Amino acid sequence: MEVGLGVKQRMAARAAQEISDGMVVNLGIGLPTLVADHVPEGRRVTFQAENGMLGYGRTPERGREDPNLINAGGLPVTEEAGASYFDSTIAFGMIRRGRLDLTVLGALQVGERGDLANWLVPGQRVPGMGGAMELAQKARKVIALTLHTAKDGSPKILPECTFPLTAREAVDLIITDLAVIEVTPGGLLLKEVAEGVSVEQVLSATSARLAVDRDPGSF
Amino acid sequence: MSRPDDAAKTAGSRTVADADAEQGKVASTVTGEHGKVVPLSRALEVFHDGMTLMYGGFGGVGTPPTLIRAVLESGVRDLILIGNDSGFPEVGVGPLIVNRRVSRLIVSHIGSNPVAGKQMTDGELRVEFCPQGTLAERIRAGGVGLGGILVDVGLDTIAGEGKQTLVLGDGVTYLVESALTAEVAIVHARKADLSGNLLFDKTARNFNPFVAMAGDFTIAEADEIVPVGELEPEEIVTPGIFVDMVVQSEGVEWKWGWE
Repeated sequence: MEVGLGVKQRMAARAAQEISDGMVVNLGIGLPTLVADHVPEGRRVTFQAENGMLGYGRTPERGREDPNLINAGGLPVTEEAGASYFDSTIAFGMIRRGRLDLTVLGALQVGERGDLANWLVPGQRVPGMGGAMELAQKARKVIALTLHTAKDGSPKILPECTFPLTAREAVDLIITDLAVIEVTPGGLLLKEVAEGVSVEQVLSATSARLAVDRDPGSF
Repeated sequence: MSRPDDAAKTAGSRTVADADAEQGKVASTVTGEHGKVVPLSRALEVFHDGMTLMYGGFGGVGTPPTLIRAVLESGVRDLILIGNDSGFPEVGVGPLIVNRRVSRLIVSHIGSNPVAGKQMTDGELRVEFCPQGTLAERIRAGGVGLGGILVDVGLDTIAGEGKQTLVLGDGVTYLVESALTAEVAIVHARKADLSGNLLFDKTARNFNPFVAMAGDFTIAEADEIVPVGELEPEEIVTPGIFVDMVVQSEGVEWKWGWE
């Protein structure tokens, strides 16, 4: 199933709603990088890049890119007032020390207790974990931003991840093209469904146990 | 100040200080000396088959382009590379992998270089993955004379499997991760002075400062080489004591992914 950019932008916009004023946020590579464009007006947010920058801003105009001023996804960014540069040990020091309020990460699979698998597809793709283990394990809040099902239609939200884990019991909120699902101590809770999507559709695309909120909202 | 690239092309016979002297400007303490600046050909003498080579850079940003090209042209092979990632096929250390000069990698990811992935699947390239922050601290530990680090990241994943653990007084279980050093480390600096003091450029700093410390022998490639005394002591990121040689950068020749 190919998903259009419109759907991805809507997912990113929904994730951006989770950013509150004053937060320090790290966005993972791929889909999560779109979240930066949807931060609600007037909300101050400090973006951290694990390649050694705090306080990066929007994409520069074409022709004004600086090859040495990039985010962790390898894309050119700009400096916000108050930005700082540091080496990678300091970047991960901030993460391990618990100074990051929020990270938004891509996911291959999410387990019903919030386990995250996002770095290895056995027998297929072994890109490596990069900085995902630190981010997933140590950020105060972890959002998994992912399509609800894999390309072949198989569920990505499972009772237990079958791929090797990035971190155990790490994810707090799952945002997909179909739904917003909270990871609660009692299990997964369906909070919102995407416009035009029914609760039944979400349930049938999810193999983990999924409780439905009394009055699910829409996004 | 002379143009650094002028000094560069003939470094070894002429230094920035010499060039300054010709222009009637005299560098403070190193006039007539080359300091640690050498021509690229001399730097190449330290590379050999089968060596461990550590490099700075993140997706190729901050990886010394001139040294990488020189290593590739020198033909050395069976390299054991230690650094953040495998670059892109034409960026960073990527060309060393594409041209089969590397037998083993210790990195946090290879996602941006499909050739590395294919060589790993085909059994031609051994890859050891390490979480990025842990990898950085292992290199730093090597660079500051420690035996290793204690960290709980990845403890209950396959990144922690088979590794020694330790429970400290706080009751937390930590993985024991060994320090990393290398025979030669190469870094890319924005500026170097003749005694090897370095500073970096924005996000091109990344792994460079601690990689510089972890080499038994460290070579810095600098965009600009200045006389001793020209850098503000407060702005120096890597003290020259960790740097054995400085070579002039000829700049990045590869094309970035976003271009």
